[in-house]
Amino acid sequence: MNLHEYQAKELLKKNGASIQEGIVAETVEQAVEAAKKLDELYNSKWVVVKSQIHAGGRGKGKIRGTEQNGVALAKSLDKVKEIASNILGGVLVTKQTGAAGKTVHKILVAQDVYYPGESEPKEFYISVLMDRGTGKNVFIYSTEGGMDIEEVAEKTPELVHKEWIDPSQGLQEFQCRRIAFNLGLSGNAFKEMTKFVKALYKTYITSDAAMVEINPCLKTSDNKIIAVDGKISLDDNALYRHPDLEALRDISEEDPTEVEATNADLNYVQLDGNVGCMVNGAGLAMATMDMIKLNGGEPANFLDVGGTANAERVEKAFRIILKDPNVKAILVNIFGGIVRCDRVAQGVVDAYNSIGNIPVPIIVRLQGTNAVEAKKLIDESGLKVRPAILLKEAAEEVRKALA
Amino acid sequence: MSVLVNKNSRVIVQGFTGKEGTFHAEQMIAYGTNVVGGVTPGKGGSLHLEKPIFNTVLDARNQAGANVSIIFVPPAFAADAIMEAADAGIELIVAITEGIPVQDMVKVKNFLSTKKSRLIGPNCPGVITPDEAKVGIMPGFVFKKGSVGIVSKSGTLTYEAADQVAKAGLGVTTAIGIGGDPIIGTTTKEAVELFMNDPETEAIVMIGEIGGNLEADAARWIQAGGNKKPVIGFIAGQTAPAGRRMGHAGAIIGGAEDTAAAKMAIMQQCGLHVVASPAEIGETVAKVLKGVTA
Repeated sequence: MNLHEYQAKELLKKNGASIQEGIVAETVEQAVEAAKKLDELYNSKWVVVKSQIHAGGRGKGKIRGTEQNGVALAKSLDKVKEIASNILGGVLVTKQTGAAGKTVHKILVAQDVYYPGESEPKEFYISVLMDRGTGKNVFIYSTEGGMDIEEVAEKTPELVHKEWIDPSQGLQEFQCRRIAFNLGLSGNAFKEMTKFVKALYKTYITSDAAMVEINPCLKTSDNKIIAVDGKISLDDNALYRHPDLEALRDISEEDPTEVEATNADLNYVQLDGNVGCMVNGAGLAMATMDMIKLNGGEPANFLDVGGTANAERVEKAFRIILKDPNVKAILVNIFGGIVRCDRVAQGVVDAYNSIGNIPVPIIVRLQGTNAVEAKKLIDESGLKVRPAILLKEAAEEVRKALA
Repeated sequence: MSVLVNKNSRVIVQGFTGKEGTFHAEQMIAYGTNVVGGVTPGKGGSLHLEKPIFNTVLDARNQAGANVSIIFVPPAFAADAIMEAADAGIELIVAITEGIPVQDMVKVKNFLSTKKSRLIGPNCPGVITPDEAKVGIMPGFVFKKGSVGIVSKSGTLTYEAADQVAKAGLGVTTAIGIGGDPIIGTTTKEAVELFMNDPETEAIVMIGEIGGNLEADAARWIQAGGNKKPVIGFIAGQTAPAGRRMGHAGAIIGGAEDTAAAKMAIMQQCGLHVVASPAEIGETVAKVLKGVTA
């Protein structure tokens, strides 16, 4: 589960990190009020208006049909009004959203933190996440802030540093100092950075985050260290112990069909191909998608019906797949273990009868427990379903159905 | 021979009296696995499925001689269950539980580094040595005895591979489902190593997924060891988009190295027999083994 920037920043602040202060607005009027308030509270004459969507690249992205960027600096209240009305309700298209873009329902009006002062402002990159290779939590940080970190890692790997955390000891003081030194800091900024690093770690651990990423993290001209942006994704498996964080979920950011699937205990990811599939098990589901592609199709979705596929779930899965107008054929691939194939077959027959006219060919491949009974059930049902037992046969049927 | 489990394995079930634990314990006993009891704290001293229940894993080890444990404990308590088993000196711990928080597994992995126990999983189908012991949730009848070792991140894809191997007239020494989570106990490389050292295993099927670098690590290790036995490899997720989690918590493309194409290229370079289609696993094993014996 992902948090919005404003939610991430609130969480960071609660855990002791300094942030670029801001106020969320859902209307143009609220945005103007927010700008006034920021001037009052932080003496910020200029403000930054930031679209709140679950995708990166907002600064370079544009609201569809306009030249308005997703993040913009406003030097007057009139400009705040103009930018807010351009953005709110618009569809922001960025490198990460794809062509479909995302509708902006909320903006964050934030203080200007790049003000002039005793020293030059400097941007850094800092994140905490779990390193799969070592099974330990790791800080990844760089002096090259405000940029795509993968690109930095590729072009100048020597500028990307890592600090692994001992699971039994947690983050140590010397590690905070090392990070601050490696970022080239001294004096007050150095002290501020060690505090900032501790606050990030605390945020990461206490919220069971999968990742906390601050890009850019800014040293201001008066030597404060603050989070200008904040990206936090939470470990879905740990949400049960954080009901307060789970309440931050923004359903409007998620694909409605995927939400519907989740509510039905189905694991579904929408893709843009022409062959729908329904499979038990995540690995077999991915393998089935691959096989569809090798046989001339493109997978329309990933769908794992899970280890206890019953007639009801099979029907729900059919209904979800059929919502996609691009689907030209459906491949059901079940390897029955605990799941009995004849029960799944009954589910297919029931779904067919209850949904009525399914306009696309269905290929049903049932293998494993009671596969023979299942095939018989399908054969005798009189439905226009093409049965298969071997994966190879199923692949061949997909090819025929698309021809 | 076989690896990890055999007819001498003395198995206990943690989470014995729960719905999942009960169902799969029955199935394992029916398969012929030597289940010597189970653990449910507070129910020690009574019987379940005609087997003794113990309050602690240590009791089960001391009183029933358990050396293998299979865990069906719910995710919130699973990390604790794994550590209890390791603390009691259980040699092989098989964690079936899906959905354990990542930070819990960071602690478990660290705890296990000081113990002698081997962990398989979590979020895996378990381990089976055909006709000897099934310590898992797989459909036993699919696995025929033979000379092919299987290691896989995915459950149903393991069954698929075993079925194709059987239809090609071959069989399995042991099949190990290592699990699809970001942190797992036994890696692909470690499982492959077990098979390389098993005299009965003549070929290895290695099934991976997008995400992480376990398959690349294993492939490089196989090559460094001189490709002693043929390895047939498949990576699921060639059509998976980047940044989307495909069911398994670990199956997500983060960097360029995480893609199926990148992994398959590395495996190919390291001398593995890579199949593009999951439908070709069985026939490729047969072809490769024929080539070896001819």
